[in-house]
Parts: sequence; C-alpha cells; structure tokens
Amino acid sequence: MRMFASALAGALFGLGLMLSGMTDTTRVQGWLDIFGAWDPTLAFVLGGAILPMAVAWRMTRRFASPILGTAFPPPPQHKLGRNVVVGSTLFGMGWGLAGLCPGPALASLSWGGWGGALFLLAMVAGMVVTPPLRRRFALFA
Amino acid sequence: MELHYLYGLLGGLIIGTAAAVLLLINGKIMGASGILGSIADGSAEGSDRREKLAFLGGLIGAPALVALFFGAGSTNLTTNVVVIIAAGLLVGIGTRIANGCTSGHGVCGISRLSIRGIVATVFYLLAGGIVMVLFRHVLGVI
Repeated sequence: MRMFASALAGALFGLGLMLSGMTDTTRVQGWLDIFGAWDPTLAFVLGGAILPMAVAWRMTRRFASPILGTAFPPPPQHKLGRNVVVGSTLFGMGWGLAGLCPGPALASLSWGGWGGALFLLAMVAGMVVTPPLRRRFALFA
Repeated sequence: MELHYLYGLLGGLIIGTAAAVLLLINGKIMGASGILGSIADGSAEGSDRREKLAFLGGLIGAPALVALFFGAGSTNLTTNVVVIIAAGLLVGIGTRIANGCTSGHGVCGISRLSIRGIVATVFYLLAGGIVMVLFRHVLGVI
C-alpha cells in the first residue's frame, strides 16, 4: 500500500510538472531571464504547489501519524550551514544553464531525447560522487 | 490571464497534491534529488528503496504514458553537449550538498516556512538569474 501511495505521488508529480510546463526548458529559463522576455509562469507553479502542501503540513499537527506510516518528518532544521548556500548556488547555476532540475529531468525522460538522457546521466553521476567526496575531504559538513 | 499561467497554476496544484499524498499517507517529504540520489548511490535500502523506486516509476511512467497518447511537445533542451554535461553535474552535485532541490526545498520547505528551504530557494533563484545574465546576455552561450 505504501508503494502504491508512493507511485501515485510520483505519477501526480510527473503529470503536474508536465502540465505546468516545467519540462519545457524555455519556460524555466524564461523565468530566470529577467532581462530578456521574462516569463512569470514558474511563480504560478511554485505558488500553486505550496498551497496544498501548506494545508498538508497543518494537517500533520492534527494527526498522530501518517495514514500508512509511523511518524511524520521531524520539524524543520533552522540551523543554516554553508552547505545550503553553496549547494543551492551550484544547483541554481546548473538549473539556469540547462533549464532542467531533477524532477522535470526524470518526468521528460521518455521524450527528452539524447540531450535529456545525457543531462540525467551527468546529474546522477554528480549525485553519486558527491557524498563520498564530501566525507573524504570533510567538505561543507 | 495567459493560458500557460493557468496551466502553471493547475500543474503546481497537482505537484503540491503529490507532495501532500506522500506526506499524509507515507509520512515522507517529496524531494526528487534525495529520492533519485539515494537510489543511485545505493544508500536507500529495504522497503524504503522499494517505495522510492515506485515513486520514480510513477514520475517517469505517467508522463511517458501521456506523451505516448497525447504527445508531449518538446523539452527545448540545448544541443550543446558541454553545457548539458556541465549543467547536469552542477545540478547533481549542488542538490546533494544542499540536501534538496526545487521540490524538497522549494515546495516542501517553503510551505512549512523552513528557513533552510527559503534560503536555498533564494540562492538557487539568484544563481540561476546570474547565470542567465552572464551566459545568455554577456557570453551568448545559452
């Protein structure tokens, strides 16, 4: 059942990314390009996504546990490390360069062609090498 | 209102609903980079691994089905191989160091007023904007 809920969430996420236009790199880059032909669509996407989640977070306070789980995630960490700033800056640079982030890169896999597959491959490679490198060199701990 | 703003809002509501389903039913935070990363590097194990694989199956499968029957348009991704690889590496490394991306920090973090989520979102938006100015308007690469 938990697997079904997880698959349902993944499917909804993918369909939402597709409908919102976030799998189209011109839409994402159009949002970041404030000195070009600026496209505000992404603000509607983010705003639309935050609404149901804000309600869901409030609901977690009323219930003892998730429907098919034992505990809700712990409260947010308000301690800020360098890692959030450094990592998000690197991520934002890549996001701007290509117009893809992890969710849309996966959602568009079936029609993204060789370029989309190459992006996904490079992204996964980065995800795999980073944790051992961080441990090895104690980077941004 | 232009039509793609409306699609953006509707798509956003569906994305938020997806995250709400994962939170209220399974008690998990929907972070695409964390889910993919922990599968790719083998750190997800047992039932957690199976649930994450199911999530990825839905995320790749549902849009693929829609694309099959209704067409998907285009991703309009650049054909510059160097840019694609550099961008992919930056996204992969950056999301791992920041411990989240647009879904985890942006959608799930901002909606619970997490300082980390808000700071992460500010920095990746700023970095994206600066890259856009530099690489599109100054260097003309993208």
